Amino acid sequence: MRKRRAALWTAALVAYAFLYLPLAIVVVYSFNDSRLNAEWVGFTLDWYRKLAHNEEMIAAAGNSLLIAFAASVVSTVLGTMAGVAMHRYRMRLLPILVLTPIAIPEILMGVALLIFFVLLNVTLGLLSVALAHIAFCIGFVAIVVRARLAGMDESLIEAARDCGATPGKAFWRITLPLIMPGVVAGALMAFTLSIDDFVITFFTAGAGTVTLPLQIYSMIKIAVTPEVNAVSTLLMLLTLLLIVVATRISPSLLRSS
Amino acid sequence: MSARRESRLERWTLAGPPLAYLVVFFAIPTLIMVLASFRTPGDFGGLAPLVGPDGSVDLNLDSYRRLFEDTVYLEVFAKSVLYATITTLACLALAYPLAVLVAQSPRKYRDLLLLLVILPFWSNFLIRVYAWMIILGPNAAVANAVNATLAAFGAEPVSLLFSSFAVLVCLVYVHLPFMVLPLYANLEKHDRALLDAAQDLGAGAWQRFWRITFPLSLPGVYAGAALVFIPALGIFAIPDILGGPNDSLIGNLIKQQFLETRDWPFGSVLSIVLTVAALALAGFAAWVGRRGAPEPIRA
Repeated sequence: MRKRRAALWTAALVAYAFLYLPLAIVVVYSFNDSRLNAEWVGFTLDWYRKLAHNEEMIAAAGNSLLIAFAASVVSTVLGTMAGVAMHRYRMRLLPILVLTPIAIPEILMGVALLIFFVLLNVTLGLLSVALAHIAFCIGFVAIVVRARLAGMDESLIEAARDCGATPGKAFWRITLPLIMPGVVAGALMAFTLSIDDFVITFFTAGAGTVTLPLQIYSMIKIAVTPEVNAVSTLLMLLTLLLIVVATRISPSLLRSS
Repeated sequence: MSARRESRLERWTLAGPPLAYLVVFFAIPTLIMVLASFRTPGDFGGLAPLVGPDGSVDLNLDSYRRLFEDTVYLEVFAKSVLYATITTLACLALAYPLAVLVAQSPRKYRDLLLLLVILPFWSNFLIRVYAWMIILGPNAAVANAVNATLAAFGAEPVSLLFSSFAVLVCLVYVHLPFMVLPLYANLEKHDRALLDAAQDLGAGAWQRFWRITFPLSLPGVYAGAALVFIPALGIFAIPDILGGPNDSLIGNLIKQQFLETRDWPFGSVLSIVLTVAALALAGFAAWVGRRGAPEPIRA
C-alpha cells in the first residue's frame, strides 16, 4: 500500500514538474544576463528595460488591452443574458449557438470570420478582432453564469413578482445581484481569453494590427530573445492577478465538486 | 398584456441579443464558408464571382475533388490524426496517476492540487510553446546531454528543436490539463466500497485497478480524449514554431490556403473536413462512453 502511494506521488510529481518547469525557465531566464537563453550567467533587469523602450511591443500591448476591454464588456452583457435565458427557458437554438464555438477547432472560427469580414469589406483590424473575440467569449461567460444560477433559489424571483415587481425590476433587483459573482468571474475570464487569444486573432487582425500574442509570435519566429521572456513573465503575472481576483469574487469558479 | 405574452417578451428580451450576435458572427460566417467550399477561387485570391459573365452560377465540387486527387493532402490528414492520437495517449498516461492522486487526497487539498493543474493552462499559449524552444534549443542542457550521449555511442548529433519530437512534446504539454480535469471529475465519484470489496475477495492492487477503477473511469477517459484530440487535430502554431519541414499538419495547410496561396475554396474544404472529422470522433467517443459506462457511473 505504502509502495503504491509512493509510486503514485512520484508519477504525479513528474507530471507537476512537467507542467511548471517550462514556465519557470521562461521566468528565470528573463532575469538572465545573456542573450542565449542557454545557461545562467548573472542577474539583470536589462530585458525589462529594453521592453519598456520597445515601441512595437507597447503598441501591441495597448491594442490587446483595448480589444480585451471591449470584448469582455460586450461578451459579459450578452453572455449573462444567454446564461440566464438558458437557465430559465427551454431553448433549442441558443445553447447550440453558445456552445459550438467552444467545441469546434478554433481555426474554423478564425477562417470563417476572415472570409466573412473580407466579403463584407470590413477592414481587418481592431474592430474585426474585437467582434471575433466577443463571439467566442459569450459561451464561456454563459457557462459560468448558468452554473451560478443552478444553485439559486427560484422562489425569490417568484416572491418578487408576487409583490408586484415587473420582470425587468425582478431581474435588476434580485437576479443580477445574486449572480453578480458569476458575472464578474465570467468577465475576467473573457478578458483573459481575449488577451491570450492567438489563433482567431491571427486570422482576423489583418496585416496592420498587432496584438501581444501576434507580436510574440513574430518575434519567436525570427529568434529566441530574452525580451520575449520578459514580456511573457509580465503577461503571466497579469493573468495570475486576474485569476486571483476572479476566485476571490467567485470561489466556486475553482471548486472541483 | 396577458401573462403569456409577457413571458414571451421577457424570453426574447433576454435571449434575443446574444442569439442575434451569434447568428451574425458565428452561424452566418460558418454558412458562408460552407458555401465558399463549393466555389471557384478568384484570380487574385478570394472567390470568383458567384454569377459569371455568361450567367452561369459558380457552384462545383472541384475543391473537394482536389482533396482526393493528390495523396499529399490525405497524407497530411493522416499525419495530423497520428500526431493527435499520440498526443491523446501520452496525455492519458501522464494524467491518470495525477488524477488518481488528486481524487484520493484529503478533500481540503483537492482544490489546490487541481488548481495547480489548471494554472499553467491560463498562461499564454505562445509562452508555453516558446518555453520549449528554450528547453530544446541547440545550446541548452537537454540538447547537450542528448548529443553527448549520442557522441559516446559514435552517433551524429541531432537537433531537438524543429523536429517531430519537439512538436509532440509541446502538444502533450499544452493539452495535459484537458485530460486531467474530466478524469478527475470521474474518479472523484468512485465508491471506495467497491475497491474494499474487491480486496476482501482477494483481488490484488493490479487486478483492482484493471477490473474496477479503469473500467469505471472510461467515461472520463473518453471525455478527456475528445477534449485533447479535437484541439490537437487542428493545431497550427506548434508545428509552425517547433516543427521541421516535414511536420506540417492540417492546420498549417489551412493557414497556407488562406494567407499564402489565398485559395479560399480549398481552405474552406480543409476546414470543413477537419471540423467534421473532429466532431465525428468526439461524438463517437461520447457514444462509446455512454454505452460503455458501467452502471454505478452511468447515472
